[in-house]
Amino acid sequence: MDALKKELKESIIEQLNLEDFSVDDIADDDALFGDGLGLDSIDALELIVMLDKDYGIKLTDPNEGKAVFVSVEVLAKYITDNRTK
Amino acid sequence: MKKNLNTIAYCRIKNHTISVNGKLLYTKDSQLTFPEFAKQVYKEKNIAYPKFFKMDNLSKLGFLASEFIFEAAKLDSDIIKNTGIVLSNRASSLDTDRKHQETINDKNNYYPSPAVFVYTLANIMIGEISIRHQIKGENVFFVAEQFNEILLEQYASSLIQNKKSDLVLCGWVDIDKDKYDAFMYLVAEEGPQKYSKEIIKKIYTED
Repeated sequence: MDALKKELKESIIEQLNLEDFSVDDIADDDALFGDGLGLDSIDALELIVMLDKDYGIKLTDPNEGKAVFVSVEVLAKYITDNRTK
Repeated sequence: MKKNLNTIAYCRIKNHTISVNGKLLYTKDSQLTFPEFAKQVYKEKNIAYPKFFKMDNLSKLGFLASEFIFEAAKLDSDIIKNTGIVLSNRASSLDTDRKHQETINDKNNYYPSPAVFVYTLANIMIGEISIRHQIKGENVFFVAEQFNEILLEQYASSLIQNKKSDLVLCGWVDIDKDKYDAFMYLVAEEGPQKYSKEIIKKIYTED
């Protein structure tokens, strides 16, 4: 799980162009949206594509996305439970 | 009666250099790619706007030029709000269109990136500049073969004469692969330098 969390942080930083962040800057329970990393709606779409492309998970329900993208911790658990690749 | 207009400030970004009102401010290593060049300038200028790194190259180029213009103009944010924006270029958003195309070429690896797709229109750059400076004025983007000072002059004059805008940010912001050229200028009734299409053409050609 720790390796997955690190991988997720690296992917988030790279794919969402979070230039001012490093892996160490993102705590496992930091909020991804709102006051945490300050991600926006386009970032949310980008994360949905990332789940599909890297882990074979198709998110179609917006409410599900809201629950999944709470933090790296929550996201890592969801991927572990649902990944197809 | 037709009012005489003036230029408040102008900025040129090309060939790894940035000049404002004719004064050279930055010269960077010619080996840098545009994103590397833009990042260096962003860091050195201590701009605190993380959204910059999410922008495509065209928006970064326009954003940087407008940063220098508004810094040089020294205007209150209340005045800037009613700025009209009239920009143009040759390549439209082709630089980003290609990147989007790359993500959808392979049907077996079809993952279009939303963050790339949202920049597949040249006038998104105007949106980025407007968000940054809280501008709510009229705007238009023209795609043309070359810098057309007559068209820009007519449009800017019309906006000011008809009291649609107090200021107009005009210019040419073009990027395609490694070639980029931004020439942006801010026009109003009051300003330190006389404005005419002939003067602007001369600055564009010589700067």
